[in-house]
Amino acid sequence: MATSSVSKGCFVFKPNFKKRKISVPIEDYFNKGKNASEDSKLRFETYQLIWQQMKSETERLQEELNKNLFDSLIEFLQTSHSGLWKNSEDWSCEIKLREIPTAALILGVNVTDHDLTLRSLTEVLQNNVTPYVVSLQAKDCPDMKHFLQKLVSQLMDCKVDVQSKEKESVQVIQKNVHYSMDSLSAWYMSVTQKTDPKMPRKKRTFSSQWQSPPVVLILKDMESFTTKVLQDFIIISSQHLHEFPLILIFGIATSPVVIHRLLPHAVSSLLCIELFQSLSCKEHLTTVLDKLLLTTQFPFKLSEKVLQILTNIFLYHDFSIQNFIKGLQLSLLEHFYSQPLSVLCCNLPEAKRRTHFLSANQCENIRRLPSFRRYVEKQSSQKQVALLTSDRSLKEETQSLLENLHVYHTNYFLVLRCLHQFTSSLPKYPLGRQIRELYCMCLEKNIWDSEEYASVLQLLRLLAKDELMAMLQNCFKVFQSSSAKELGNTAKKIEEFLAQFQSLDETKEEEDTSQLQSKGLQKTDLYHLQKSLLEMKELRSTSKRQTKFEVLREQVVSFVDSLVREYLLPPDTQPLHETLYFSSAHTLRQHLNAAPRIALHTALNNPYYYLKNEALRSEEGCIPNVAPDICIAYKLHLECSRLINLVDWSEAFATVVTAAEKMDANSVTSEERNEVIQYPFKINSTTSKSSQPAVE
Amino acid sequence: MTSTLELKEDKMLKVQFVGDDDVLNHILDREGGPKVKKERAQLLLNTQKIIKKPENELEEDDQEVLKDQNYVEVLGQDVQESLKNGSATDGGNKVYPFQNRKHPEKMAKLASELAKTPRKSVSLNKNDPEITIDIPQCSKGHSASDKSQLKNNDKSEFLSTAPRGLRKRLIVPRSHSDSESEYSASNSEDDEGVAQEYEEDTNEDILSQKIQAQNRVVSAPVCKGTPSKKMKRKKTSHLVEEYFEAHSSSKVLTSDRTLQKLKRAKLDQQTLHNLLSKVSPSFSAELKQLNQQHEQLFHKWMLQLHLGFNIVLYGLGSKRDLLERFRTTMLQDCIHIVINGFFPGISVKSILNSVTEVLDHMGTFRSVLDQLEWITNKFKEDSSLELFLLIHNLDSQMLRGDKSQQIIGQLSSLRNIYLIASIDHLNAPLMWDHAKQSLYNWLWYETTTYSHYTEETSYENSLLVKQSGSLPLSSLIHVLRSLTPNARGIFRLLIKYQLDNQDNPSYTGLCFQDFYQQCREAFLVNSDLTLRAQLTEFRDHKLIRTKKGTDGVEYLLIPVDNGILTDFLEKEEEES
Repeated sequence: MATSSVSKGCFVFKPNFKKRKISVPIEDYFNKGKNASEDSKLRFETYQLIWQQMKSETERLQEELNKNLFDSLIEFLQTSHSGLWKNSEDWSCEIKLREIPTAALILGVNVTDHDLTLRSLTEVLQNNVTPYVVSLQAKDCPDMKHFLQKLVSQLMDCKVDVQSKEKESVQVIQKNVHYSMDSLSAWYMSVTQKTDPKMPRKKRTFSSQWQSPPVVLILKDMESFTTKVLQDFIIISSQHLHEFPLILIFGIATSPVVIHRLLPHAVSSLLCIELFQSLSCKEHLTTVLDKLLLTTQFPFKLSEKVLQILTNIFLYHDFSIQNFIKGLQLSLLEHFYSQPLSVLCCNLPEAKRRTHFLSANQCENIRRLPSFRRYVEKQSSQKQVALLTSDRSLKEETQSLLENLHVYHTNYFLVLRCLHQFTSSLPKYPLGRQIRELYCMCLEKNIWDSEEYASVLQLLRLLAKDELMAMLQNCFKVFQSSSAKELGNTAKKIEEFLAQFQSLDETKEEEDTSQLQSKGLQKTDLYHLQKSLLEMKELRSTSKRQTKFEVLREQVVSFVDSLVREYLLPPDTQPLHETLYFSSAHTLRQHLNAAPRIALHTALNNPYYYLKNEALRSEEGCIPNVAPDICIAYKLHLECSRLINLVDWSEAFATVVTAAEKMDANSVTSEERNEVIQYPFKINSTTSKSSQPAVE
Repeated sequence: MTSTLELKEDKMLKVQFVGDDDVLNHILDREGGPKVKKERAQLLLNTQKIIKKPENELEEDDQEVLKDQNYVEVLGQDVQESLKNGSATDGGNKVYPFQNRKHPEKMAKLASELAKTPRKSVSLNKNDPEITIDIPQCSKGHSASDKSQLKNNDKSEFLSTAPRGLRKRLIVPRSHSDSESEYSASNSEDDEGVAQEYEEDTNEDILSQKIQAQNRVVSAPVCKGTPSKKMKRKKTSHLVEEYFEAHSSSKVLTSDRTLQKLKRAKLDQQTLHNLLSKVSPSFSAELKQLNQQHEQLFHKWMLQLHLGFNIVLYGLGSKRDLLERFRTTMLQDCIHIVINGFFPGISVKSILNSVTEVLDHMGTFRSVLDQLEWITNKFKEDSSLELFLLIHNLDSQMLRGDKSQQIIGQLSSLRNIYLIASIDHLNAPLMWDHAKQSLYNWLWYETTTYSHYTEETSYENSLLVKQSGSLPLSSLIHVLRSLTPNARGIFRLLIKYQLDNQDNPSYTGLCFQDFYQQCREAFLVNSDLTLRAQLTEFRDHKLIRTKKGTDGVEYLLIPVDNGILTDFLEKEEEES
């Protein structure tokens, strides 16, 4: 069946039912179609397992992070309508009665994440406050009629959820009801009346204020609502507020000023607005990274460049956690898809078990790993032979290496966090304020070779006692929280340092002056700092004696330094790191952050890039006359101003192409020339599709 | 930033008296600074990063100082290392060039240059060496690419090559003996330079590409003597002028040659098709290889589609065949819908209709949104349901609207609807804001195919293909032959009048009264009524159209192309 027709543009293909039953399992697509490469099924299962774990972890994190916000929102909602039933004569209460309680929820510019947040908010509200939660989007409500229609239909649905017994008939009737605020409030009365007698007496007294639960209306994207609709709705519903307890929640992406810009004073005075700030997306990212990547819980790791690309897309493009996680998912998939040895990317006992069952092919793969080859070269010749020839010894070695890798990671993250404690509060943040920046640097190279690290050490040597102690305390906590045995004595060492600092306090300080000086330095800028550093050096050279504190500080700094040098080796020094680290950054970039414009430009300007034919190889900016026609036409059109004369264009094109033909064979009949001339206009619409916008 | 910093340091070291001119130069210099920086950004990235760290004194509190260099580095460096991806090494300045005013003759020159670019090492034309050497330089000097190249070079070279570009532009029109007399004045120093180069060139007599490189080297010392400051100023002001010239609201001039003047018979669709099918495509081996590369991705696409991503294909060339192959190899056993976005009558409604057709729904929906909701519910209920959507040209005229994209995006965000689409327009990604992008959940794949957009453009007309041109002429002759000589005369009168007025843009037609007068004078009709009877007959054959003017008078017009009318008159005369 053809897919082109002059009468229709959509073609439905529906295979007969029997055939459809045998659907192909997804795993089959995993093994690249052709030869079933090693352990593809196992790899795919591992992928799915890890991804599920990661996903649920992120969801849990999201919930946790939103908890604060939701709690305060719920509190607000619960108190907002309490005035209704107090029957107080209070004047301020009277005023309040006419105002619609409104929560302005500032969600930030990462529009893509809002949906998730609001969805969980709805859930939470339905569980805790009221069954009547409705959320509306601007695109559903172009005018008042649609607005009310959506509101009513969603409200009815809510009700059905609560008691779905005899509602069916009622719903059918109400479908045809003329949508108005009056009918809404009537409906509300009937619903609350109905539930009232059913409720046992005791329960009612318990939740006296909830005898008529409020109706919560969430406007997901407040900015994009038409002002007229919003205004009308607010005015109308404020009239009905006493019989229809409404609470509004505005989802705002930009700033709270927007409310006043959208609503005139007369309308906004009908609202009793309270601001709520959702969690900043950067913090969110930090936690996600912390829990997903800076942990040994998930074996999968990202290389420096991949991490850099993902965070850059986040910081420079959208601030969207969801997109970040999508990138993470893609890199996970790519890793398992492209690296046959990723089968070992699972938790340690499982990985050890799997090494037993590695095929001969996979063993070859291991031997081919660059990191493994480097490792082998360092071994004794006897062992080298064993590793390269016997699969058994290879497997044993692999197991121990995997274990080493695991230990390496455990220590790595501990020391990383510890170093972060020291660097995160230094002036100018030479190693970044966020742990992800530090992590990136450590992944990239030996951190101690960098200038930034040197300046960190220098700054550390200038720290005052209380700051240093606070840092040490934090480090101590970090180490204590872990159960790693290797670093157990590190924690002890830190404790010792702390104790020594404490004891310093008791012994009388005689060099108060120098300490004061170093304290004073803390607040100055870099220039002064460097100056004073120089001074310090001179001072030290002139007066040799150091205070006890300074000696101790020096010890701490060198201790940290030694920790870093021992444990923060970049991962590519570790054998078998390829099994866990995903490093093909450019595939990721290609698929997530593509540049169609550059691709088109390259294809038109430099066809050799795609068509590896020597005839097309040319100097920058020139195009050989044998290039694909479209490239020549494009090149020619570039030389024109905004409008192009088709005749000139075609003639110029013909000049170029016929010249090429003459070189091959000297027979250019007039007919062929004709056709050559006409040719660009066959592709004319193509060029106008791709390149003309650049010209206009 | 570094370049300005460097400059600043340079300036700070010296304390000296500064004249007005120098101040001006200084300012211009500073203006030039950032520009140079932009081009050099990629080269300098690493050094900048190191320099930057100790120097960012200002931002104390904000740790998320957006490290631009860092960003460019990471996103940029991949461009350089990736070989498969179509992102070439050139930076944004080439992809987003400055719009220049161009000379009308430029294209012809470039054409002749390209034509002369030897394929094998053909020796240069001895008779006309200056042109062969100079033309490439000339056309290149004007294109944006060369400018960026200049700026990438060291500063001293930047100064010396710039005037060279100008000079070249001065020379070439003269050697072509073009009409642009203002350019023909060039000073003797330049001539010297050229002569020198010319000697050099003829001595070497190698590939012209090599010569170009040679030229640059040679020219540098030659131009040392020219006052560089003046040239520099000229350079900056030149850019500004170019900008305003390119964006001025004045009418854009193109040459006045028209397709009619091209003495060449128009082909109809069929003949063109036949002719084109005879041409063997060049580089078929390479193209095949390219396609094979893409085809290897099919399994991966299926996998990723199933895992919740949607796939969008971009790149030069029609992707229809590729998707078609994908469909026939992978989707034979699945329900799928192929949507030709390029089809002129396509709409979201028709897409949704075909989806509901798949779901065996009888009946209608009140609105598109209702339909979408129904589909969404259906797919959410039945998780075993799977549907593939293949959309060719998602960015077509009919589908690129905000609402259409929103609806398609919502469809594609359903877990068991898999969307694979292609885009062709340069600015297609602008269709999607963040919200839509997250609905689509795209994975981008570059599939440059270089194949022709035959199917996609088949709904559009080409100017050069004879559309229905043959029809009116034959029908004209046919109809007129069946008329009386008088009626033919009447019609000829009208034709002549219309042809006489063809250059008058406000010509609305011949007023009935005038026409009657003319016919009477030519003894063609004797009364108002007979003329009207004739005209009715013409109108029935759609040979004329009448229009009421603002003054209530009837105007007569022949709704046929003037070229055809001339042909017709010629034929008439031949016959008589």
